[in-house]
Amino acid sequence: MSSDIYKDIILDYYRHPRNSGDLQDPDVRAKDSNPLCGDIMEMQLKIKDGKINDIRFKGRGCAISQASASMLTELAKDKTLEEAKALGKTDILNMLGIDPGPTRIKCALLGLKVLKLAIYGYLGQAVTDEVKQLV
Amino acid sequence: MQVREDFPILKRQVNGKPLVYLDNAATSQKPIHVIKALEQYYLEYNANIHRGIHKLAEEATLAHEEAREKTAKFINARRTEEIVFVRNTTEALNLLAYAWGRTNVGKNEKIVLTIMEHHSNIVPWQMLAKEKEAKIEFIEVDKEGKLLEEQIKEKIDSRTKIVAVTHASNVLGTINPVETIGKAAHQVGALFVVDAAQSVPHMPVDVKKLDCDFMAFSGHKMMGPTGIGVLYGKKQFLENTPPFLGGGEMIREVHTTGSSWKELPYKFEAGTPNIAGAIGLGIAIDYLNKIGMQHVYDHEREITAYTLAKMEKIDGLTYYGPKEADQRVGVIAFNLGDIHAHDLASLLDEEGIAIRSGHHCAQPLMEFLDIPAASRASFYIYNTKEEVDILINALEKARKLFKL
Repeated sequence: MSSDIYKDIILDYYRHPRNSGDLQDPDVRAKDSNPLCGDIMEMQLKIKDGKINDIRFKGRGCAISQASASMLTELAKDKTLEEAKALGKTDILNMLGIDPGPTRIKCALLGLKVLKLAIYGYLGQAVTDEVKQLV
Repeated sequence: MQVREDFPILKRQVNGKPLVYLDNAATSQKPIHVIKALEQYYLEYNANIHRGIHKLAEEATLAHEEAREKTAKFINARRTEEIVFVRNTTEALNLLAYAWGRTNVGKNEKIVLTIMEHHSNIVPWQMLAKEKEAKIEFIEVDKEGKLLEEQIKEKIDSRTKIVAVTHASNVLGTINPVETIGKAAHQVGALFVVDAAQSVPHMPVDVKKLDCDFMAFSGHKMMGPTGIGVLYGKKQFLENTPPFLGGGEMIREVHTTGSSWKELPYKFEAGTPNIAGAIGLGIAIDYLNKIGMQHVYDHEREITAYTLAKMEKIDGLTYYGPKEADQRVGVIAFNLGDIHAHDLASLLDEEGIAIRSGHHCAQPLMEFLDIPAASRASFYIYNTKEEVDILINALEKARKLFKL
């Protein structure tokens, strides 16, 4: 049921987003939107010794997309780029502790897609179809 | 209310609650009469139309052309051949931009739209403007979502070739002064096009009175099937417009050296059309006529006034568009506090309430109003005040959940 997805923790991250805003001189940034709903999302990363040293997100959208992106920044910080690249849908669902259902899952995955776009961009690698199809 | 009985889908449960369908501006539900007419066509007289000699082809052709006559009468067109069947409003507007526009619009000439247009009445003109190096200008709105009258006079000038406006906004609900705009367009010799997707289904519309040169609307928003829409055009304009799509059904003669076109409206109806769809639309029109369009309009105005009054009492709720119900159709876009429209739509869905959320295919308007998204409730003849109460209660519940 959908009100279950608006747990206090989701609302808390929506109202008080962690790691929101801009980094000074990020090593890489990536941006994307969900054409279905117009949500927009940007991720900025500082990379040091192959690890995500610092991370910020900037976005506009629903509680699910904003809270999910904010929680993801906490999850991804201090991970190696390879570890962050390996994050998938299951990690996001575990992180949220809810399943938003088929129509809202893309909201939850927008942050992950943009994070991966940033990492692929930093590494100069071609973005995989799997990443493109996340949202 | 009696009409609800005619719509089987309204008996459905959604998430264990009775369906409250408030997404009528996107598409309407269909009365059993329309559903049965489609079934009857496929069960009893399915055939390709116009050229067949056999009985089934004759019956199908008659039913298809009868639907055209009904449509012409419904909007008070002078002639039946002024009704061209297309897929939907979008296709009708694309037909105009492509066929009429490409022939008649040149470099630095102007197309005037309003800021509240649906993407379907913006993008085809942008494609045309790009190709022809023409210019597009938008008439803007005031705080209540009404068109700025001084801009109507100002922007429609001697360089203007086309004025294309929506009769009623799918976001603001505003009913626009199309007769005034049409006069301004005709004074400068511009073509006057009306997007009637949100008006023809909900109020009496008379093309003679509006004096529009072309009008577009969709069958599925007026109780008909999807995939059938209408382009109305004054005969002289349709005659002077080259065909849009070429192929079967639209030709008089085809030779290796060239082809000649059929008479109106068939010149614009290439290929096997949506026969069942047109027949279904005809039955939908019968149904609407039985209720009476004035009655449809009055009912929706009453429901809208009731909803606006209730919404004004909800703390943190902002609705867009005119405050007076008689200046709008039954479309209400709104936001509640900092709850994103998609979150609100999810919460209402849980209560069995279907609304729309997002930018409503009107991004220029949303940018102009500076709102990233909005929720929208839109009504039809079968909606009741009890359903509005369910909506209002659900909004109060959402306020509590989001701790507004």
